[in-house]
Amino acid sequence: MAKPSRTGVDRRKFLKGAALAGAASLTAPPVAARAQSAAPAAGAAGATPMPNAQTAAAETGAAAHVRVLTQETCGSDFMVDCIKSLGIEYICSNPGSSFRSLQDSVITYGGNKSPEFIMCCHEESSVGMAHGYAKIEGKPCGVFAHGTVGLQHASMALYNAYCDRVPVWMVIGNGLDATKRRPGVEWLHTVQDACAMVRDFVKWDDTPASLQHFAESAVRAYKIATTPPMEPVVLVADGELQENSIPADEKPRIPKLPRTAPPQGDSGAVAEAARMLAAAENPVILADRCARTPAGIGLLVELAEALQAPVCDLGGRMNFPSRHPLNQSSRMRALVAQADVILGIEMTDFWGATNSFEDQIHRTSQSITKANVKRISLSAVDLYTKSNYQDFERFADVDLAITGDGEATLPALIEAVKRQIDPGRKAALDERGKKLAAAHKGALERTRADAAYGWEASPISTGRLCMEIWNQIKNEDWSMVSPTNGISGWPTRLWDMQKHYHHIGQSGGYGVGYAAPSSVGAALANRKHGRLTVAIQPDGDLMYAPGVLWTAAHHKIPMLAVMHNNRAYHQEMMHLQRMSNRRNRGVELASVGTAITGPNVDYAKLAQSMGWYATGPISDPKDLGPALQRAIEVVKRGEPALVDVVTQPR
Amino acid sequence: MNFRCYLVIAAAMLFGTAALAQSAAPAGDAGKGKQLFVADGCYQCHGYVGQGGGVAGPRLAPAPVAFDAFTSQLREPRNEMPPYTDKILSEKDAADIYAYLQTIPKPPAAKDIPLLNQ
Repeated sequence: MAKPSRTGVDRRKFLKGAALAGAASLTAPPVAARAQSAAPAAGAAGATPMPNAQTAAAETGAAAHVRVLTQETCGSDFMVDCIKSLGIEYICSNPGSSFRSLQDSVITYGGNKSPEFIMCCHEESSVGMAHGYAKIEGKPCGVFAHGTVGLQHASMALYNAYCDRVPVWMVIGNGLDATKRRPGVEWLHTVQDACAMVRDFVKWDDTPASLQHFAESAVRAYKIATTPPMEPVVLVADGELQENSIPADEKPRIPKLPRTAPPQGDSGAVAEAARMLAAAENPVILADRCARTPAGIGLLVELAEALQAPVCDLGGRMNFPSRHPLNQSSRMRALVAQADVILGIEMTDFWGATNSFEDQIHRTSQSITKANVKRISLSAVDLYTKSNYQDFERFADVDLAITGDGEATLPALIEAVKRQIDPGRKAALDERGKKLAAAHKGALERTRADAAYGWEASPISTGRLCMEIWNQIKNEDWSMVSPTNGISGWPTRLWDMQKHYHHIGQSGGYGVGYAAPSSVGAALANRKHGRLTVAIQPDGDLMYAPGVLWTAAHHKIPMLAVMHNNRAYHQEMMHLQRMSNRRNRGVELASVGTAITGPNVDYAKLAQSMGWYATGPISDPKDLGPALQRAIEVVKRGEPALVDVVTQPR
Repeated sequence: MNFRCYLVIAAAMLFGTAALAQSAAPAGDAGKGKQLFVADGCYQCHGYVGQGGGVAGPRLAPAPVAFDAFTSQLREPRNEMPPYTDKILSEKDAADIYAYLQTIPKPPAAKDIPLLNQ
């Protein structure tokens, strides 16, 4: 906070001074009335002109309120220095007065480059973009928002990022000093404890009271956000701190951002896990958010090959190559049922992977594992669990819980496993590997056969949709950036996925409205790598905040969006069906409140109105391939393109 | 409902239907059955042509399971499929839907579809 002893007078002090001068004029003939008779009348009082402060000070020796209209420095410039020091490339933001100073500093003082201000039309889009960006780029994107109305808009997207263990570095504007707030809207956009409403689902927040405090908290927030388990963080930038000049006697410095080593599992526990896995006859590796970086995929492959153990990729990240012979994701339930050792790495729901659950009137569950199965969990989430939001899922029976980051612990686990395997054991494991390779081949053939059903149907089947896309992108450096769970997982089941950016997982919190902004954010990250970004965009999701299409066009973010337009919030339609049938009422009304029809949305026109190339709606599968081809040509020119496809539900 | 639940439904339906006795299907109106297949929400999990194959519901056509197995799963479904009692789906309606499923042609083999072999 600015100190009274500083040289110069800040904006707010001027306003206060002016007000005081006005008030004083009601009771005593002002000095200004004598000294500045030519000055224009001030305010409604009219009779009291503003004093010439220099003259007043000279004549009275009293403290003057200098009407300074410009300033040489401001706190937000230093804040931008902090942001630059963190290597943050972009600030996704919908503009807001509570951080107007910061925005100005980014685009003028900072040159609007690293960070560049990315204009969003909704704060949920801002955070959603940051979410997708981080999953491609492996580091946080910045977000600015109002501390009140902006953060409320942003909160759902923050919750998705929190559940998805994704870092987001967010700054919100606020004005804590009540005497400095402009009457009216600034009061409405001010809050005592700005971060309170999201504190349950961010990893850390702070309200710095000085620029030095801001610098330290900015770096601390980044460090906390990017240390596994990664999560969003929020800082409050007070309006006074942003807008006031930097006091001449203050020399705030920016701390060094440390290179952080992620937590690694205990060596004794790792050795024990290795013994259990190496001795197991039917081990299974379950991986959810295991691969934090591109290296994670290679490490998991190395572990699986050392053990010749099946890997089931639950898809929180791209963990394991889809066509590796040990990828047995489609056989997960069967493999879990016959397993003697199960290793779960960065699992969201270990209990759910090892139990069945029936959603009928009487909800029942039962274990699907053998009674004597041994379960090992390896996760950094054990280091960080909150109470209020229950994203930790049901407590799983685990025999050995290794607290540590999955990817960081894999090298030690691999070495420990290799030490356990002598040539005789290796021969046995190789035999197991051959059987698994055959099973993988058979599963792929069955999945292809499944996709053939409904191949010629209209609306277009989701299997056909995905394979028409694959046909167009398979020879490109492609990146699939949208969730796959609503389209029956066809891409992860049928596409040849190898690289970490080939699939970036789901939303985390299943908060609808994630897919569109996160895809644009991922495309923003992919742009400098020259990758062809592809998203299969759910229709209901796009309806949450379609303004993100404008953001993509405005900032020239190339990407292909293919609509999965089933004209419904279909998941909820199925839930309504369940309720109605349970009560013997039939499903005729299941579309009420769930179908996006009457009118049908013309997504091509919607996208065109925001500057996209767009075509559709396409219902005939024969038209799809050529339409995709034309759209990809547009994307290769650096523009976003959308193909609206009317599809089967799932 | 999540991915896991869908798999359970699919597995349960396939297992359950296979284990039940078979009998001849009553005559049904395939055209009406096609309408009912949509109106009664069957398409929501199984697709408009009963193709299944995803994670929401198993394949119903072509070559549906025996009619007894079909109605047994409708009336007292295993696991998570919503029940279709005779209060909301008559035997006649079930027969019509079954008749529609019987009309759905077999698709080309996957090996004959170039896009499925890359």
